[in-house]
Amino acid sequence: MTQDLTYDLVVVGGGPAGVAGALTAALAGLRVTLLDSGARLGGQYFRHAAVPRREPGLDRFLRQVRELGARADVLTRHQVWNVSREPDGDVTVHAHTRDASGERPVTLRARRLLIATGAHDRPLPFPGWDLPGVLTAGGAQALLKGGNVLAGRRVVVSGTGPFLLPVATGLAGAGARVLGVYEAGGGLGLARHPLLALGKAAETAGYAAALVRHRVPYRPRHAVVAAHGEREVEAVTVARLDADWNVLTTSIVACDTVAVGYGFVPQIELGTQLGCDTRAEPDGSVVLAVDAAQRTSVPGVWAAGEPTGVAGWAQAEVEGRIAGRAVVADARPQAVRGSDGVLLRRRSRGRAFGAALHEAYPVRPGWQGWLRDDTLVCRCEEVPLARVREAQELGATDARSVKLLARPGMGWCQGRICGYAVSCLAGEPPAPPRRPIAQPVTLGALSEAAPPDAGSQDDPAH
Amino acid sequence: MTFHITVDGREIPVVPGQTVGAALHAAGVRSWRTTRFGGRPRGLFCGIGVCFDCLISVNGRPPERACLLEAEPGDEVTTA
Ligand SMILES: Cc1cc2nc3c(=O)[nH]c(=O)nc-3n(C[C@H](O)[C@H](O)[C@H](O)COP(=O)(O)OP(=O)(O)OC[C@H]3O[C@@H](n4cnc5c(N)ncnc54)[C@H](O)[C@@H]3O)c2cc1C
Ligand code: FES
Repeated sequence: MTQDLTYDLVVVGGGPAGVAGALTAALAGLRVTLLDSGARLGGQYFRHAAVPRREPGLDRFLRQVRELGARADVLTRHQVWNVSREPDGDVTVHAHTRDASGERPVTLRARRLLIATGAHDRPLPFPGWDLPGVLTAGGAQALLKGGNVLAGRRVVVSGTGPFLLPVATGLAGAGARVLGVYEAGGGLGLARHPLLALGKAAETAGYAAALVRHRVPYRPRHAVVAAHGEREVEAVTVARLDADWNVLTTSIVACDTVAVGYGFVPQIELGTQLGCDTRAEPDGSVVLAVDAAQRTSVPGVWAAGEPTGVAGWAQAEVEGRIAGRAVVADARPQAVRGSDGVLLRRRSRGRAFGAALHEAYPVRPGWQGWLRDDTLVCRCEEVPLARVREAQELGATDARSVKLLARPGMGWCQGRICGYAVSCLAGEPPAPPRRPIAQPVTLGALSEAAPPDAGSQDDPAH
Repeated sequence: MTFHITVDGREIPVVPGQTVGAALHAAGVRSWRTTRFGGRPRGLFCGIGVCFDCLISVNGRPPERACLLEAEPGDEVTTA
């Protein structure tokens, strides 16, 4: 299906950033469409079941979604796999969707694009991390928020960063027995948690109280360093760590589920497809560089939320609103109302918060010592550490040559899951992704819509 | 309000709006395919469509991501 219509704005991503941006523009009278791959808008933070739970924050978001639906085209279950810029400056957005009649491509044309594609979890490999029952922390959260499903009965939460706290308290509150929160960093414990220093005392106290209520031990400088089991995880090795995350002592904890996460990876491939400039965050992630109005280096292309840096859902929403206002100013200067002052001040506070979090929760190199020769680094292509090391001995000195020789990151996930670990193992900072196809599409949808050169060596769907 | 899908001939309950992956996981089915080389069991990992661990064939269609695919009444899946 190709539409002749050119939108004033196409937004990709229906989380807090995308919905705020789209609604701001739609309220000013612009022709807006928003696409999201999910069945319902919400993104990660506002993910909800088909019958949403009642909760003030979510109620407010869903009101915004209803307002947006009345003023803009909202296309759920639409995955955007490529965006390209036309000679006249318009952006062509290639998506595909599946309905009762099967898969079909959808192509949209827009004067302006807002990239609000969020982030995904950043896992680190460890022996047994591919056993069923080991999930990312966000994955466990998504099961709970999206389907009211408990990831498991006896759960261990491990990794680094404040996100472990809502995951653990969410699971415990829903009836799981959470056997421990093992925070690899943060030598000081919950009473001196960095969130406190960031003015989040009430939030931290809430999590602390919930952990105590459910008798969940919080152990800083500890992490799950191995998972054990035949067909599923049955136990984990928990290690006490030194400041560099080298193992000091270990113990075994019997459990049926592990939720693990070491931060987030912003999803920026639509921006890199268009040639947007990127920059590195202190935690090693690569994000899209934006100016004060959330504008990327490519004319007509804005970005908001986690693709421009991870700092929580409220920051994502503020950035979405700023981007929306900038889009309105570009399309219809006379429709701009009020000033950006308050939003800009909130954004600077949010950025400072994000930067402080990155500083408080760095990934330390000792995790590489948790791996054995046969530990899979890349889950898709089943590449063990030994093959990565072999490639390095053969002269692969950077992540790209390691990838070419040993093939980590060449499978279905296109290196999203192992990319960070592979670059750490290669001893270099992560590079911006090169993925001409952001979301693998069926061959059928591709042949109907794609330009002949849409595939490439980086496309695993060959 | 629940409906059913079948897994290897066994019925499992689904709450409308749940994904195939969530319904399987809730029913205690936590792996449904094996890897190409090592034959390792795989189920949900990232939960949001990024990792492709959860690929599953529903009603004989080509594999899709179970964590994204909403279950429909009468869906039939087989595990490896
Ligand atoms: C799995 C997971 C769970 C999380 N849970 C929580 C939580 O419970 N509490 C918390 O404080 N923080 C949570 N976070 C952090 C959270 O991501 C942010 O706080 C917040 O949701 C960011 O908002 P956003 O608008 O930038 O992106 P998101 O909310 O992530 O929204 C991005 C949207 O874009 C869509 N999208 C991405 N790429 C495409 C594409 N190519 N085509 C179409 N659609 C696309 C995604 O499906 C998603 O709906 C979670 C993160 C992850 C990865
Ligand atoms: S669980 Fe990762 S893609 Fe479905």
